[in-house]
Amino acid sequence: MTNLPPPSAKKLGLVIDLDTCVGCQACVTACKGWNDQGYGAPLSDQNPYGAAPSGTFLNRVHSYEVTPDEGAPQIINFPRSCLHCDNAPCVTVCPTGASYKRAEDGIVLVNESACIGCGLCAWACPYGARELDPAAGVMKKCTLCIDRIYNDTLPEEDRQPACVRTCPTGARHFGDLGNPESAVSQLVAQRGGYDLMPDMGTRPTNKYLPPRPKDARATASPLAPLLDLQATGFAGWLDRLLEKF
Amino acid sequence: MHPAPSVILFTCLSGAGFGLLFWLDAGLARPEGAAALAHFTLAYGLATAGLFASTFHLGNPQRALRAFSQWRTSWLSREGWASVAALAASAPVALSASFGPADQSFAGGPLGLAAALLTALTLLSTAMIYAQLKTIPRWHHWTTPLSFLTFAVTGGAILAGAGLIAALFCLALGVVMTLTFWQGDRRFAASGSNLNLATGLKGQIRPFAPAHTAQNYILTEMIHQVGRKHAQKLRLIALALASLAPAALLLALPTGPISILPAFACHLAGTLIQRWLFFAEAEHVVRHYYGPN
Repeated sequence: MTNLPPPSAKKLGLVIDLDTCVGCQACVTACKGWNDQGYGAPLSDQNPYGAAPSGTFLNRVHSYEVTPDEGAPQIINFPRSCLHCDNAPCVTVCPTGASYKRAEDGIVLVNESACIGCGLCAWACPYGARELDPAAGVMKKCTLCIDRIYNDTLPEEDRQPACVRTCPTGARHFGDLGNPESAVSQLVAQRGGYDLMPDMGTRPTNKYLPPRPKDARATASPLAPLLDLQATGFAGWLDRLLEKF
Repeated sequence: MHPAPSVILFTCLSGAGFGLLFWLDAGLARPEGAAALAHFTLAYGLATAGLFASTFHLGNPQRALRAFSQWRTSWLSREGWASVAALAASAPVALSASFGPADQSFAGGPLGLAAALLTALTLLSTAMIYAQLKTIPRWHHWTTPLSFLTFAVTGGAILAGAGLIAALFCLALGVVMTLTFWQGDRRFAASGSNLNLATGLKGQIRPFAPAHTAQNYILTEMIHQVGRKHAQKLRLIALALASLAPAALLLALPTGPISILPAFACHLAGTLIQRWLFFAEAEHVVRHYYGPN
């Protein structure tokens, strides 16, 4: 049913640390790998060995050059996937009820056997988190690896989304953001985690952690200290002598 | 946004069909006998051809009936219900006007007015599918339903043979089109959405490396198709064809097929161009993630 459920107490989601992410794309690959073989229609590729290959992904990592008001530019790697919004516009626009938000844990899913592939939910999502799979003709989106996190046949350490499990720098965290005592909620509180596009009123569950202030260098050029030489001793005498000519 | 031909055909043909049905049901045009049958057949033909065309862009059209289930929240579902209800309620009106005595036609009576209201609701639902999307600021505005309704009622007025009134609707449509183009160009900037809000990062942000080297659904559906190169020329052509030319034809030629057919052909061509621009010019906020261009 595309009526949104009342906000659930449990809100499973991701916390993504933009300070730690190195943009290695391992989460993209792990996501694609897991979702080729588990829940729902496999994420297809079109013309994978041809001149213009393309494919369906549930997670994409952008890289931005960010120049702060003061200090040197930084590269920030920015993973983008479904944020499992409390006020998910992709759910309410769905004409068939295929797009839904789970009342028990807040995960937004697509019932692929009811999806007609009209694409309206992808239009309604401000984050570009939904991609229509051209092979299956149904809408694909992050499932928060629902077939891993509740899967008793997996070892306990594997019961988290593939992207989180694979991240080599620990930039991705999974947990219950509805519980203020959870590790992810504590992390968000400590680091000032925030929502993407708050102007859209979607109230996302996933949070992003900003780059740490320590990363802001004091000067624009790392060469600056080397250019300001204060020579002493023999070198200083030579420096003063040569200045005279 | 990607201007899918099936959706453009659907909104243009169904719009004109339900627009004509509105005039006939409401009794604003009162053809009798064979003329009524011809008018109602044309209205039903256009409306259903459009609805049929709309299923062509679906990934799984065989499940289209499921789209009737979510009328509580989804404008697309409401549109399905409203269109079926409008077509069903118009059937007795069509039969009474075509085969019954002229003074006992339901057109313009309580049943006719109810059917006309349902056609108006269908047109409104179609427009609201687009106007509800906060992610596309150009559409998220009251001019979207105004534009869709004016287009439909104008096309309907031309086909209904409303003569001078149809010509006036054509001119009113020109005003609505100009207003929609003018304010639409301001909506994306006015929405205040930008890459800083999209990423939560402070300072100047420039895309450094793209998230993918190949094309993908997001790009082709929501970003890649930007029809801005000839947009200004196409707007003038759409305005001339949809509004000015049919108004001139209807005023210059006597009322009847000799004016209705060329006027509607012009109007439909203009409507198709306007609808192509409606999609091609619409900017989705997800494009922020891919940078300014």
